[in-house]
Amino acid sequence: MKRDEITAALIEELGKIAPESDAGRLDPDADLREELDIDSMDFLNLVTALSDRLSIEIPEIDYPSLATLAHATDYLAQRCGG
Amino acid sequence: MPSLGADMEAGTLVEWLKRPGDRVKRGDVVAVVETQKGAIEVDIFEDGVIERWLVEPGTTVPVGTPLALIGGSPVTPKTAEPLLAAAPEPAAPAVAPPPIVPKPVGRPRRASPAARRLAAERGIALDTLIGSGPGSAVVYADVERATTAVSPRPPVPKRLDFAEMRRAIAAAMARSKREIPHYYLSTTVNLTRSLTWLETTNANRPPAGRLLLAALLLKAVGHALVDAPEFNGFFTGDGFQPGAGIHIGTAIAIRGGGLVAPAIHDADKLSLDELMAQLRDLVARARSGALRSSELSDPTITVTNLGGRGVETVFGVIYPPQVALVGFGMPVERPWAIGGEIAARRVLMATLAADHRASDGHRGALFLADIDRHLQSPEKL
Repeated sequence: MKRDEITAALIEELGKIAPESDAGRLDPDADLREELDIDSMDFLNLVTALSDRLSIEIPEIDYPSLATLAHATDYLAQRCGG
Repeated sequence: MPSLGADMEAGTLVEWLKRPGDRVKRGDVVAVVETQKGAIEVDIFEDGVIERWLVEPGTTVPVGTPLALIGGSPVTPKTAEPLLAAAPEPAAPAVAPPPIVPKPVGRPRRASPAARRLAAERGIALDTLIGSGPGSAVVYADVERATTAVSPRPPVPKRLDFAEMRRAIAAAMARSKREIPHYYLSTTVNLTRSLTWLETTNANRPPAGRLLLAALLLKAVGHALVDAPEFNGFFTGDGFQPGAGIHIGTAIAIRGGGLVAPAIHDADKLSLDELMAQLRDLVARARSGALRSSELSDPTITVTNLGGRGVETVFGVIYPPQVALVGFGMPVERPWAIGGEIAARRVLMATLAADHRASDGHRGALFLADIDRHLQSPEKL
């Protein structure tokens, strides 16, 4: 899967969790939890959705790698073998 | 019209989901009402057969107004599993009186409250949609799909009336501070065992099976309440009435502002996995505006967990007519003295706001200490 496809998938899943925000205009280096007011349940739902959608494992210990849009894209791309 | 909180005075019947003649079981969702907390599904509290409606859709009635007449059950006594959805059965002509239906309608289209709301907003008839939910129910995404074709960028749907919710919170909290003599206690809980256990447990699980700390905290409160009944119940004109079960109202922040605190029923009896599944479901439904009436009317205590938002201590305001609120802050790493040595430990501040009419500080201290004790043995929660 290409990097821009991963970004698109990530933005789409973020949009489902924070529907009132414009996930497409996020600062790639901003903290996602703060920027989108995501709590631990939202974050768990995001991880669940991404691991299902991309068919990858996202262990809890890797959560810090998902802190920003840019880092999360890097991490997911690497997990997808890209 | 059920009371869904001390502050609620009236509600509007939006729709009936069953018809006269239908057999209903305790726990079945029979109607949707519009309240300050959004559209709420009314689940019925007894078994029987719906004889007739007493209130038409679109009507606003005061709390306490009978909505429907339920006849005695010709079938099963109270052995029915409350959460098992009743399969639609044909009306029994021998039992049901002639149906008094305003107009000859078909069986109401099954749809989630959020879907109904969106469909109404966008002027779409539910009958024209294909449902992808359970039992072909129309869900939010179905309505959204039907409208995106027309408008490529639909406005953000308004599912909850934030102004109304603000008013409801204001009324309840003002009453609390006016009537309830609060006392406050706090204790620092060493969370190392709980967090280590949680990390080990979650490491072997896929995301869908993982637990959140919130589930452990709720369970610890549930356990501790078994031996502290004076914190679990209601204070009314007749004094303190202990709750019939331990139904923990769980404060859930609503995106955009406001909060609701629906009940996790019998939290002391659920396994951690069951409790986590219920919490997941409850948070999702609270945020989409699809709670059930019993979830809003039943809580016997409230737990608020503001740890995710970076605060260390919560000083709670009791939700009347409840008599206690337990607050949890953020787990933080702090110096901790053990046997004369200082070590870094992850700790969390647990607080209790309690009604002095129903309990005293001594009992409150024992209750908080018991919550702490349960969190030291997470494997037994």
